[in-house]
Amino acid sequence: METPGTPLAELGKPYRESFGNSGIIVSKIDDLLNWSRLSSMFPMTFGLACCAIEFMSTGTQPYDMDRFGMAPRATPRQSDVMIVAGTVTFKMADRIKRLYEQMAEPRYVISMGSCSNCGGPYWQHGYHVVKGVDKIIPVDVYVPGCPPRPEALIEGILKLHEKIKTESLLQS
Amino acid sequence: MSEQLLHEKVQVICGRDVQQAEQYSPITFRLQPDELMGFFERIKSDTDLYIDRLSCITGIDPGKDSEHMEVLYHLESITAGILFAVLISVPKSNPIIPSVQSIWKSANWLEREIFDMYGIHFSGHPDLRRILMPADWEGYPLRKDYVTQNEYHGIQVEANEESKTNSL
Amino acid sequence: MSQIVQPGSPLLVSEPNKFDAGKLRTEEMLINLGPQHPSTHGVLRLEVLMDGEIVKEVVPHLGYLHRCFEKHAEQLPYNQVIPFVDRLDYVAAMNCEHAYVLGVERMMGLEGKLPKRVEYIRVLVAELNRIASHFIALGTYGLDMGAFTPMFWMMQDREHILRMLEWLSGSRMLYNYMWVGGLYFDLPVGFEEQVSAFVSYLRPKMDELDTILTENSIFIGRTAHVGVLPLELAINGGATGPVLRGSGLRYDLRKVDGYSVYPELEFSIPIGEGKMGTVGDCWDRTWVRVREVHESLRIIEQCITRLTSDLKRSKEFNPQEFVPGKIRPKAQDLYARVESPKGELGFYFRADGKSDIPVRCKVRSCSFSNLSLLPEISRGVLLADLIAIIGSIDVVMGEVDR
Repeated sequence: METPGTPLAELGKPYRESFGNSGIIVSKIDDLLNWSRLSSMFPMTFGLACCAIEFMSTGTQPYDMDRFGMAPRATPRQSDVMIVAGTVTFKMADRIKRLYEQMAEPRYVISMGSCSNCGGPYWQHGYHVVKGVDKIIPVDVYVPGCPPRPEALIEGILKLHEKIKTESLLQS
Repeated sequence: MSEQLLHEKVQVICGRDVQQAEQYSPITFRLQPDELMGFFERIKSDTDLYIDRLSCITGIDPGKDSEHMEVLYHLESITAGILFAVLISVPKSNPIIPSVQSIWKSANWLEREIFDMYGIHFSGHPDLRRILMPADWEGYPLRKDYVTQNEYHGIQVEANEESKTNSL
Repeated sequence: MSQIVQPGSPLLVSEPNKFDAGKLRTEEMLINLGPQHPSTHGVLRLEVLMDGEIVKEVVPHLGYLHRCFEKHAEQLPYNQVIPFVDRLDYVAAMNCEHAYVLGVERMMGLEGKLPKRVEYIRVLVAELNRIASHFIALGTYGLDMGAFTPMFWMMQDREHILRMLEWLSGSRMLYNYMWVGGLYFDLPVGFEEQVSAFVSYLRPKMDELDTILTENSIFIGRTAHVGVLPLELAINGGATGPVLRGSGLRYDLRKVDGYSVYPELEFSIPIGEGKMGTVGDCWDRTWVRVREVHESLRIIEQCITRLTSDLKRSKEFNPQEFVPGKIRPKAQDLYARVESPKGELGFYFRADGKSDIPVRCKVRSCSFSNLSLLPEISRGVLLADLIAIIGSIDVVMGEVDR
């Protein structure tokens, strides 16, 4: 127990008041699991084209993805979310499907940028461009832009967090 | 070297009257496919020209009604400061040109790309296969009469019906 | 095969080996690197044939980002192609636009007729973008080698450039700023001061970069004597840009062709001299890029001096004054080239004089030709050296695959 009136004691006051000075939290297991999952979503480094550079910028200062707990992993086996950043071509389509299947559940996909949302500027005459990555894998969040600003990508990530909050691992 | 001198030099090397292509920048000479290899070897070793670099090979399909396709080679001499181009015409029904990759290594991938996009066959190339498109793609995309296939590995290729015929 | 334990050693006397290490069977191994890999700088797939740790043969497989630029250019009017041109070399979009508008303006006969202010602004933004592109090259190269800090420092400094270009054109990366016959906007008020402040901020940072990356003994140990590109092979193989200059040839299109206002500017061309290793190794190419950033800063300072003195902003200046209403060049064929941060970026046009859509628009891509030399210079190296070589060539797959 800290001495009352010191900074450390003041800091802990709201928590102690809500916990009733005994350190017990009551919550649903679903909420707790969802909160722990969304606070450390590891994205797979899946930069294809120009959006990849904005994805890299989101990871560095001043936008910093790491404060949301997102540390990029190179392998799909260790990642939670696949951020498809860039144009998806037919040659790449089989590989995307394979990488998606290699991710462990629960897994999510954020489609970043116009090209992976719907084919982007190449929709009309691009014979080698897949018109949207959702033709290959299921997508959870679409982030518009060409390329989306890092702030837009962060908003997309926060939307994914909101989606995760509504999920229920126990009842599915 | 002035364009006049260059034209004369090229005619001396080819041993015949060489036609200059109109309205081309840089200066471009029309040659036949069978004199290509000899010409390139001679300009590489020529002491006035010193052509040491092949910067670009372009394939051209002039239009749906045209019966021939063209291949344009851009050549440069770094030492002598010369830049010119060579234009070869091949019939669409039988597009075969000798490969120059034994003379210039940069031609290796550039010729593969033209084969991929236009279907022009380069004889003597050690590894002529598609470089940009998937190996099981149908058709040569940059030809003016190209129509996209409906599906590839189960995925629909075009966004809607109007974009199917890609050429104007 | 070397024996780990020498025969006659007390370890083998008390517990002899079953197998003779010198007579073991070894085979070649086929490893697939990419297309999804942290260090392939985009979607490049490498098929690597290895004997143990030594690379015997590398076969690059491209086309995973083929976005049909040339087909789009045959369907759209000349001015509507500019956003697609941006997306070729997406880290140095201004340089790609510069090459394209230079070609179309030459076809229209507008070259030399544009106001000097337009030309100086074009050179200014092209050089800023050259610095941004080299920062990405150096930062990601350090990341491949395992150096995390230079990556963050480079991206932070690049952020300053991107914010200035966003202030200018509205977009951080893909600008659509240089139009045929002019520019989209004039410089905003206060831009010149910001650029001058940035130049004086960046100069000490370049010394920090030297300390942490270029003169770092670990970096030198990993890049010196690695991936040596002989000059003859570089010229014959069509290499341009820092890859060619790293092998010792002082060849830069800004001096050779003298396009735009570069003949009026003073700058020098750095070449690789084999200071830390052999001429033409990975360290030389990196060093050429670092020195080019210094030269770009010199050019930017000269541009700012001109843009604030005799070419300063005025109410009468309209950047779109010479933008033609309809771009319909006479029937001709033209090849225009420019020194982009990666090398010689050229556009070949064929116009038929009857329509405002090109018959053919081909991109001579510098990264494509530079990458074609990868199999030649990476025979007999270790796998970690192969990663170093790819990083030093500095490929952008958007340009390779178009």
